Amino acid sequence: MELLSVQSLNKSYGAHVALKDFDLSVGQGLIFGLLGPNGAGKTTLIRIVNQIIEQDSGQILIKGQPLKMRHVRNIGYLPEERGLYKAMKVKEQLLYFGQIKGLKKQDAKERITAWLDKLDLSRWKENRIQDLSKGMAQKVQFIATVLHQPDLLILDEPFSGFDPVNAEIIKNEILELKRQGTTIIFSTHRMESVELLCDHIALINQAQKILDGPVKTIKNQSKTNRFRVKMIRKEEGNAVPWGTMEQKEGYEEFTMDLNGRQPNTLLTELMEYGEILGFEEIIPSIEEIFIQKVNESHVR
Amino acid sequence: MSGKIFLVIKREYLARVKKRSFLLATLITPLIFPTILGLFLWIALSDTSTETRKLIEVVDENNAYFLESNEMYTFSYGELSPEEAKNLVQEGKRFGFLYIPELNLERPQGISFYSEETPALSMISSLEASLKQKIEEFRLFASGIDPAVLSSLKTNVNIQSIIVGEPGGERVSNSVVNYAVGFIAGILIYTFIFVYGNQIMQGVIEEKSSRIIEILVSSLKPFQLMMGKILGIGAVGLTQFLIWIVLISAISSLVMGYFGMTMPQQQMLEMSGQQELFPDTGQEGLMEMVQLVQGIDFFQLTLTFLIYFIGGYMLYGAFFAAIGAAVDSPSDAQQFMFPVTIPLLIAYMGLFIFVLDDPNSRVSYWLSIIPFTSPVAMMGRVSFGVPWHQLALSIGLLVAGFLSTTWMAGKIYRIGILVHGTKVGYKVLWKWLKDNG
Repeated sequence: MELLSVQSLNKSYGAHVALKDFDLSVGQGLIFGLLGPNGAGKTTLIRIVNQIIEQDSGQILIKGQPLKMRHVRNIGYLPEERGLYKAMKVKEQLLYFGQIKGLKKQDAKERITAWLDKLDLSRWKENRIQDLSKGMAQKVQFIATVLHQPDLLILDEPFSGFDPVNAEIIKNEILELKRQGTTIIFSTHRMESVELLCDHIALINQAQKILDGPVKTIKNQSKTNRFRVKMIRKEEGNAVPWGTMEQKEGYEEFTMDLNGRQPNTLLTELMEYGEILGFEEIIPSIEEIFIQKVNESHVR
Repeated sequence: MSGKIFLVIKREYLARVKKRSFLLATLITPLIFPTILGLFLWIALSDTSTETRKLIEVVDENNAYFLESNEMYTFSYGELSPEEAKNLVQEGKRFGFLYIPELNLERPQGISFYSEETPALSMISSLEASLKQKIEEFRLFASGIDPAVLSSLKTNVNIQSIIVGEPGGERVSNSVVNYAVGFIAGILIYTFIFVYGNQIMQGVIEEKSSRIIEILVSSLKPFQLMMGKILGIGAVGLTQFLIWIVLISAISSLVMGYFGMTMPQQQMLEMSGQQELFPDTGQEGLMEMVQLVQGIDFFQLTLTFLIYFIGGYMLYGAFFAAIGAAVDSPSDAQQFMFPVTIPLLIAYMGLFIFVLDDPNSRVSYWLSIIPFTSPVAMMGRVSFGVPWHQLALSIGLLVAGFLSTTWMAGKIYRIGILVHGTKVGYKVLWKWLKDNG
């Protein structure tokens, strides 16, 4: 079932079009990557879903119902730029955000204790944010985002600013939430950072969606039918049926098109020329696919 | 949803009230006034009791002006020449020397006072007063009138001003007391609006620049957030005000008790500059004071103060919130402070120039009706007595005023809090105001 459905959304700021006839459908329990360069319209979309700003036209459905203020209970949002009340204590702050999201005080308190334990912050619960390290403050911010157990978690540039250790901790927490059934939307311009986590992606460029689908499908569709080969040749200087080769330490590397052959046929052909160390299909990264798609749309 | 506003109010309130600086400011501020008062009284009291009298040499070419020594000055008539008298001053044996040349009673000129250090203004005027009296006596004699007869004809007149009201409701009023009450109430409201308005602005800027705002407005409407902040900080102001009332009355009564009841009265008299209104500090004066203080309707005064405090705070608070939302840092806020500062300054200056001088003049009336100035100006008038229909009109307009400023501020706030890094001017604000999206 779809958790979030965005239908022909439009939003402009004066003459600047931020979203144009934008459609999006996010299935339940997925990690959904919303990818695109800065200024593509990602943050505008997220702000509309979070009801921070209003769309000019179009509609948004949560579990099939039109988005209303009461749905804030179902959404957790981690903005790109993080912020907490510096002079407030960790526990008080989390309690405030939890209650603002609609949690009962007692429930909020119990969950805060559990989360602080889990992320190793219990010792700091009576400290003010200004006394915490940046990494700790970000963990507090993450707790504030997920405390009310939202069905939909929207994370804008989730790993920016996290050191590798904390990024790993947060990544694991996100995967844990996914296992529990939470739907997660990552919004980022650093596509390589979420590529491996996402089940489904949508690429946005200049206010429009240019690609949308499961990661596997997109990658399959974007196959180039080229293989990368690593080989130790029998005789150097022999005439070879391929073009440029790159000399590596002890072996040579080159790429070859299938040209209608099966991979095994190509491999058999190649084996005559020497010892094959590696034979692997070249699959473009999401970023490469994105650039390719952007170029295609420009040509059109 | 209203529960969420309450959460915001509670946070804003507790975040401030729990601060150590709030506790300090709240406890120390009411101490400042009585402390300064007490300090002055102490200095004044110890001054008169310990200081030695000043010895003044008088050289009188007329041999007619005998000044009587008093608590402050002793006059010595050594029949010296002006040169010798000057030497005495230089040697430090006399504080100063008063030279009275032969005087033409019609046009007395050439009287001089010589001293090592600059004499106090009060001293010169006291000498002038004594000589003036002497000269007048001589002139009365010259025209055949006995000064004793004249002084027996002099009388003290003290008009008791009574406000006409319902039967039995007539009360004694005194412009000095009313002046003081209006003065203090007006200044208090002015100060409160500025201090707490600034807190609203700082708070909005904090939430905006730290981007907490995005989390907050994804949970509740920007207008609710703004109102929660304004109300929460207003509640802090009221709390502080109530604590002050309690502290000031407690401490003042302690101070007054220590120095005796005469001191505040004298102070009141000096403020009025109308010493002859009360015959010194006798039983009569005391009765009058009690009557006057009883004449102030404290309940009405407190009630109107609260209404105008809340109304004025809300009216300007909305402006402060909008300014905070429009800028990225407090230093950028300066350019927008003008439209807030000017009407408040007009109210403040109007209070002194017009309202307290003549509470019922046309200017005072308008200042106390227009919502931008009425919180300060009406407090200057209210203790003098204001017709109820004027009060109702003023309060009605004030409510309409803060509703519309809040509405306008809400429009600016809603957009401003999400705008970063753009230079916002009045033109942009106007665009936001007109934006209906």
